[in-house]
Amino acid sequence: MEAAHGHEHDHDHAYHPGGIMRWVTTTNHKDIGTMYLWFSFTMFLTGGLMALTIRAELFSPGLQIVQPELFNQLVTMHGLIMVFGAIMPGFVGFANWQIPLMIGAPDMAFARMNNWSFWLLPPAAILLVGSFLVPGGATAAGWTLYAPLSVQMGPGMDMAIFALHIMGASSIMGSINIITTILNMRAPGMSLMRMPLFAWGWLITAYLLIAVMPVLAGAVTMVLTDRHLDTHFFNPAGGGDPVMFQHIFWFFGHPEVYIMILPAFGIVSQIIPAFSRKPLFGYSSMVYAMSSIAILSFIVWAHHMFTVGMPAAGLLFFMYATMLIAVPTGVKVFNWVSTMWKGALSFEAPMLFAVGFIFLFTVGGFSGLVLAIYPIDVQAQDTYYVVAHFHYVLVSGALFAMFGGTYFWIPKWTGHMYDEKLAKWHFWLSFIFFNIAFFVQHFLGLAGMPRRVPDYALQFTDFNRVSTIGAFGFGLSQLLFLYIVLKCIRGGPKAADKPWEGAEGLEWTLPSPPPYHSFETPPVVK
Amino acid sequence: MIRRIAQTLASMPLLLTASGQAFAELRFNLQDPQTIIAHEIYDLHIVIMGICTLIFIVVFGAMLWAIIKHRKAAGHRAEQFHENTTVEILWTVIPFLILVGMAYPSTKTLLIMRDTAGADMTIKATGYQWKWRYDYLEDDVSFYSSLATPRDQIQNQAPKGENYLLEVDNPVVVPVGKRVRVLTTANDVIHSWWVPAFGVKQDAIPGFVRDAWFRVDTPGTYRGQCAELCGKEHGFMPIVVEAVSEDKYKEWVAQQKAKKTQASTAAAADVNKTYTLDELKAQGEKVYAKTCVACHQANGQGMPPTFPALAGGKIATGPLAAHLEIVVNGSKKNPAMVAWKNQLSDLEIASVVTYERNSFGNKTGDLVQPKDVAALRK
Repeated sequence: MEAAHGHEHDHDHAYHPGGIMRWVTTTNHKDIGTMYLWFSFTMFLTGGLMALTIRAELFSPGLQIVQPELFNQLVTMHGLIMVFGAIMPGFVGFANWQIPLMIGAPDMAFARMNNWSFWLLPPAAILLVGSFLVPGGATAAGWTLYAPLSVQMGPGMDMAIFALHIMGASSIMGSINIITTILNMRAPGMSLMRMPLFAWGWLITAYLLIAVMPVLAGAVTMVLTDRHLDTHFFNPAGGGDPVMFQHIFWFFGHPEVYIMILPAFGIVSQIIPAFSRKPLFGYSSMVYAMSSIAILSFIVWAHHMFTVGMPAAGLLFFMYATMLIAVPTGVKVFNWVSTMWKGALSFEAPMLFAVGFIFLFTVGGFSGLVLAIYPIDVQAQDTYYVVAHFHYVLVSGALFAMFGGTYFWIPKWTGHMYDEKLAKWHFWLSFIFFNIAFFVQHFLGLAGMPRRVPDYALQFTDFNRVSTIGAFGFGLSQLLFLYIVLKCIRGGPKAADKPWEGAEGLEWTLPSPPPYHSFETPPVVK
Repeated sequence: MIRRIAQTLASMPLLLTASGQAFAELRFNLQDPQTIIAHEIYDLHIVIMGICTLIFIVVFGAMLWAIIKHRKAAGHRAEQFHENTTVEILWTVIPFLILVGMAYPSTKTLLIMRDTAGADMTIKATGYQWKWRYDYLEDDVSFYSSLATPRDQIQNQAPKGENYLLEVDNPVVVPVGKRVRVLTTANDVIHSWWVPAFGVKQDAIPGFVRDAWFRVDTPGTYRGQCAELCGKEHGFMPIVVEAVSEDKYKEWVAQQKAKKTQASTAAAADVNKTYTLDELKAQGEKVYAKTCVACHQANGQGMPPTFPALAGGKIATGPLAAHLEIVVNGSKKNPAMVAWKNQLSDLEIASVVTYERNSFGNKTGDLVQPKDVAALRK
């Protein structure tokens, strides 16, 4: 993404260092966006390697490759790294690159803070990955870090806690920046209800982040003091309550899953109209749907804890509230399909990933509805059914949206078109192998295979083999993505200012790649 | 490790064909239900999946139609409509009504599941790292139940048995046709008591007592597992319930009581007996293999820092009193080391401490007699 800078030096009043110092000291939203995206991809490969080790171990019953303690560490770190290292920073990378371009701003509102929110991430990542090397290894308490198990862990747990603190601070700063940018720096004439849906998705996400990251920080800090300062927040012998950890964690955790999907909704809502050559259907209901999902996310957390034991009235409340989320989510899917209806569709890679997103995210949505039903959840809770469910919404949901978004905007970012043929291969390989890896996990879960186990009873062997083969296929396909992106950065056919016939929005009025300060004079939105 | 991954990968196609025959017994749905609750859940799941499938076909049928008919390549020109209030209200209201339709049977089943009153008998299930303890509150029967699958099967050094990982030394025995209330709690971290065929999954939480219920009508053996990540051996603490006729159940209770009386007489005799070092070591080795090996490892090296080494370690080579104290009453600093006084007899504790102080290269020569342990209990 080298090409994204440098052309404007002659009338640029600021001094820009070259080489490594350019990246360390940069306050430019495009440079920072690029760093976020590369960080996210690196973490994605790291977490992916852990996933493949897990799947390789589960290829056969018995213990072959890793012993249980390392297996649990890998499961935990795979979750933490993918959620906090890959998906969240990935979307922040998109926000950094795209929000100023899409709302007609020169840069983000707080440019120096932007630099700091990025540079907090590598130390956090080093703490997480480095924790494998300390005595006792990384934390093995699951990404949910349930007390009292997390109180038992070695120093790897403390490193994970500090990593979460740092990443939380980074997320909060990023969110403040995004909110301020969106609320204050929109081009004249761009009212909130005329703003691109990607900006809407991120505006809502940023508020969610500010609301819940401190809650997570509180929960892990209490674990920290329970571990070292003899407090008893979660220790029943000292009057504490282990279930309280889960309430606090999931009060963060449920909004967190929408933090990982609302920006994806935004990206998909940009791509679908562009390749349908037709305006988005139901713009305002899309905004209302995202807002209702965000509000509902604060009152459904205990559905993650249906087997903890709650009074029937509590169970009923959380079951009904959770089921309600299907309504706004359904509205979004109906709107996307209606946008495609009677359009003039073409299926370049961004559109393939967007359609793949709608299709597979809906599968995950349905399994989510099944899990919302308390009686069925009692059977499916903590089984591979849940594993299948959240990979359908996070991999074929959040991740597919990021792939689609990358192909959609990379001509703008680099000034080059990517290799369309290879990108289509990337889609079909990812789509097919993803389903091989994860669809069978629904069956495993229903038949009674618990999650987070390094070994399993013999009747689960066949589906586990299928799943492992799919996982390796999916993982290797992502190297193709890396190749396509590198190839596109290094060269390729020159991208037009607006490479997509049906695309709408301010980012397409700028040259590809855009100038160092995106909009030096605000464009007027009519 | 990389070599082993490569080996596994290389053997994939071969293994897949070898397992081809087993495909006949693949299970795509929940286990065969054995209780009213499990039946209700099974049927509810079918109904909900049916509704979801219908909606899926309608929505993606429309999408597929658009993908085929409304392509630019097929010469379709885009229309420019972008809202329709009637349609938008309809597809908000109709899903809501469908959800109400789903909520009704779900609520009914939920209320049946949570109604734990009117039990014929109560069993308390306590989760330990990593086994279960069962207390029959009315019949005064108690025992621990741990994985019976031998380690060499898990380490691929012996062929795996039919009930690999789903077999225990002491199964829970219940009479058929009786309403059984299960109370769950835990001693260290959170566990979850789950028998899929019963439709019962209840977290077992330290410091709290939760409940669930079941009534089995068909005699048989039903298998489940711990369902909440509880540490390293989480995948190795199964649950086995044997449902037997009323008469057989009574017989079983009588047997258990006889065993208990025998054991306490033997323990009483043990307390006053003085053992030699070799006797204690031999006995202690057995206790260690059953109770301590999962954490402190067969070679006594443990897995520091959570599970400290006994070989040359501060505890097993330091003052005897501190060693005995930590085994009997547990560690105040490290919750992973629980108080063993509730699980082991005086002789067992005496012998295992003796064994630890005189094995793995430790040569303290210290000897603990059962009466020393009994004294500590007071």
